[in-house]
Amino acid sequence: MSPAIPILLALGLGLIGWLAARSRAWAFKRAAGDVRAPLHSLPNYHGWYVALWAVVPAAVFALVWNSVSPGLILSHVMANPAAANLPAFGIERDSILAEAYGVAAGSAFGAFNPAANGLVEPFREALQQYGLIGIVVTLLLGFAGGAYAFLKLRPDFTARTRVERAVMTGLLLASLVAIFTTFGILASLLFETIRFFGFVNPLEFLFGTHWGPDPMATPGPNLGENYGALPLFWGTIFIGAVIAMIVAIPLGLMSAIYLTQYASSTVRKWMKPLLEILAGVPTVVYGYFAALTVAPWIRDFGQAIGISSASSESALAAGLVMGIMIIPFVSSMADDSIAAVPQAMRDGSLAMGATTSETIKKVLIPAALPGIVAGVMLAVSRAIGETMIVVMAAGATARLTANPFETMTTVTFQIVAMLTGEGSFDHPATLSAFALGFVLFLVTLALNFIALRVVKRFREAYD
Amino acid sequence: MTEPDTLARQQVVAARLKQRYAAERRFKALGFVAVAFSALVLAFLLWTMASSAIGGFKRAELRFPIDFAASGMTIDPAQLDSGDAVQRLESAGLPAVVMASAAKALGSEGAAELDSGAWRDLARRIASDPGMLRSTADVSLPASDDLAAGLRGDGKDANKALADRLAKEGKLASVFDPGFMTRSDATEPQSVGIWGALKGSMLTMLVTLLLAFPVGVLAAVYLEEYAPKNRWTEIIEVSINNLAAVPSIIFGLLGLAVFLAIFPNYRSAPLIGGMTLALMTMPVIVISGRNAIKAVPPSIRDAALAVGASRVQTVFHHVLPLALPGILTGTIIGMARALGETAPLLMIGMRAFVATPPEGFTSPASVLPVQIFLWSDEINRGFVERTSAAIVVLLLFLLVMNGLAIYLRNKFEKRW
Repeated sequence: MSPAIPILLALGLGLIGWLAARSRAWAFKRAAGDVRAPLHSLPNYHGWYVALWAVVPAAVFALVWNSVSPGLILSHVMANPAAANLPAFGIERDSILAEAYGVAAGSAFGAFNPAANGLVEPFREALQQYGLIGIVVTLLLGFAGGAYAFLKLRPDFTARTRVERAVMTGLLLASLVAIFTTFGILASLLFETIRFFGFVNPLEFLFGTHWGPDPMATPGPNLGENYGALPLFWGTIFIGAVIAMIVAIPLGLMSAIYLTQYASSTVRKWMKPLLEILAGVPTVVYGYFAALTVAPWIRDFGQAIGISSASSESALAAGLVMGIMIIPFVSSMADDSIAAVPQAMRDGSLAMGATTSETIKKVLIPAALPGIVAGVMLAVSRAIGETMIVVMAAGATARLTANPFETMTTVTFQIVAMLTGEGSFDHPATLSAFALGFVLFLVTLALNFIALRVVKRFREAYD
Repeated sequence: MTEPDTLARQQVVAARLKQRYAAERRFKALGFVAVAFSALVLAFLLWTMASSAIGGFKRAELRFPIDFAASGMTIDPAQLDSGDAVQRLESAGLPAVVMASAAKALGSEGAAELDSGAWRDLARRIASDPGMLRSTADVSLPASDDLAAGLRGDGKDANKALADRLAKEGKLASVFDPGFMTRSDATEPQSVGIWGALKGSMLTMLVTLLLAFPVGVLAAVYLEEYAPKNRWTEIIEVSINNLAAVPSIIFGLLGLAVFLAIFPNYRSAPLIGGMTLALMTMPVIVISGRNAIKAVPPSIRDAALAVGASRVQTVFHHVLPLALPGILTGTIIGMARALGETAPLLMIGMRAFVATPPEGFTSPASVLPVQIFLWSDEINRGFVERTSAAIVVLLLFLLVMNGLAIYLRNKFEKRW
């Protein structure tokens, strides 16, 4: 049975309730003998009031039931004698159960595992039973809610205020989703990170210089030796905050200056969307471009100038392409902060006889500097959190080197590598991904927080 | 002041002015170079993808005649209407007939390089046009992966020579492959397609839209119209602004730790992917929605309140409809970003090999960007062009979405 059915039933009840309540409100008017007879609320609000009472409790129940019933079904099946000889834990048990479930639910045609066959019937029975319970209770709740609301309808019933109160609650809940998300991110990262620090000393993790986790090895006593994340932090900073910024800051800043101060309106009209396209290209496309086109050039160039360690995956290739990706970002931030400088300052400088470039260099940029710096900080936070380009072009070897032609790895690369391997969820290698994610989250959060404050204060200074 | 003194000073000033103007021109040229460089990189990127993608929309096919009438295949074309036409043709001996005809036309060497599933392509073609069985048909069927590599000019020398010979005889050619848009992932570049990934992307985007749009718009309305100025509101605002800047991979970690823990059965399903991307898209919608609502002039609200509308009615009947184009623009831009997102989906396991298009929101699926990533990792050189072709399809979708956003903005945006 599809989980959508109870929800659809609840919505259907709501529709019936809406129609019934609306016609009841009209009936009040007719009973008064005058269609303009005053009701407290318009008939539609009576309709919405009843519909809300019919749908909300039933839908909430249906959602809760959807997440609870698999557990109930499982325990029902476990109570069956056929489940007694299942393996106690592990992948085998899970796959047998999944197979039996698949056959019972009709998504698979037959089970490979003979042990699963005995469980199909109990599963089917439980599925039917709990599905039926779900539907019946949903319908009952919907009907009871709708009836309760319907009986309250009177000509002077304050349906509108009540519906509006419900709407306001909905609005508040929607805006709380952001807090829940932030909290969820923090809690899940923190929880797994603490588990990771149960295996590895935080100091060893933050300042160790050797990174080489083995997701298959059993965790031994000297685990921390392989979990020194310093090379990852260095790689992240070197690629995201050094190489990428060497490309993005001058190009982005000069683009913004040219487009705002020099370009004719036609050029501006065409070039700005073009830069936005550059920002809209998916990162996986940049990654492919970096790996397939840029990286071989860099390797050949490196070998041509006599660097024998130049490899086909390099920090330089990833950083250059990342810088190009960031150009529109820096450019639009610089654009905003230059535009925020009061026109009078610019006019004053030009009136003194300064050329445009002198005005830009000596007046506009110093005045806009806080905004530009904040923009660069946001750009850095975006660059260090970028994943696909480094996954596809930067390489997997963690090393502390300043040679941009060598492979280098980053925090995001290792998160992907640790979580897409075959390791189990409780292994320190897997958990280390969450610790890395936590560090990344904190750093980007700090960068954004500071940058947004700087921007805010800077805006206020000229307002 | 004496005469020559002024003259000398004038000369100094003139020389300096010349220098200053030269500096001015250099600076302007530098700005132009920066813009031109970005434009050139974009043009080069698109050109690289497009030129390599042309090959990705084609595949190597062998062309030879099959005389069905003389093949001895006993099957009644009328029976092929039912769904099992492919099985019926197989039991009627179609694979053998194809091999025999290929051997006759191409030589045994060439016939051996026919794709092992080629007869299925033909069977489907026969099922849609059973009349083929009564006559001789010139068919064009996919070549094996080795021969395709030979045609491209890499792979083993024997294959290259064979490909050269067959191509010269007009029996092997790289032809447009419409099936690329209708098939799903496979192990051989000759038989891959992107429909499965495309459908997965669409289902995922639908979930994202259904979750992020209502929540985002309602949150924007609350923050802009009703929220009291207090500490809680400030916390909500700060967390939305921060969520908009959190790296996407962190959302993947959240999806892995929370959503997959709640729904372990739905690993790599569009439902979980859509939920994860919805959390990422929601702040974008909230921020653009707030800007759009802020742009509606207060006089509209005052007028509605003055004629007796309640605050909820004012917002939902007057402010929101006027702000809708702006909100939709922001939503489309947020969705376009979600469509190109790869990293969070890798985290929640959407990187499995999925050879059939997903049936629903809960069946395993791949999405287009992840498919691109997976193909780019393949060692087989045949995947290079296929990857570029998939990238071009993805970029076209993004272009359409962004074009739609710009159109909406230009058509409906009001300057008050």
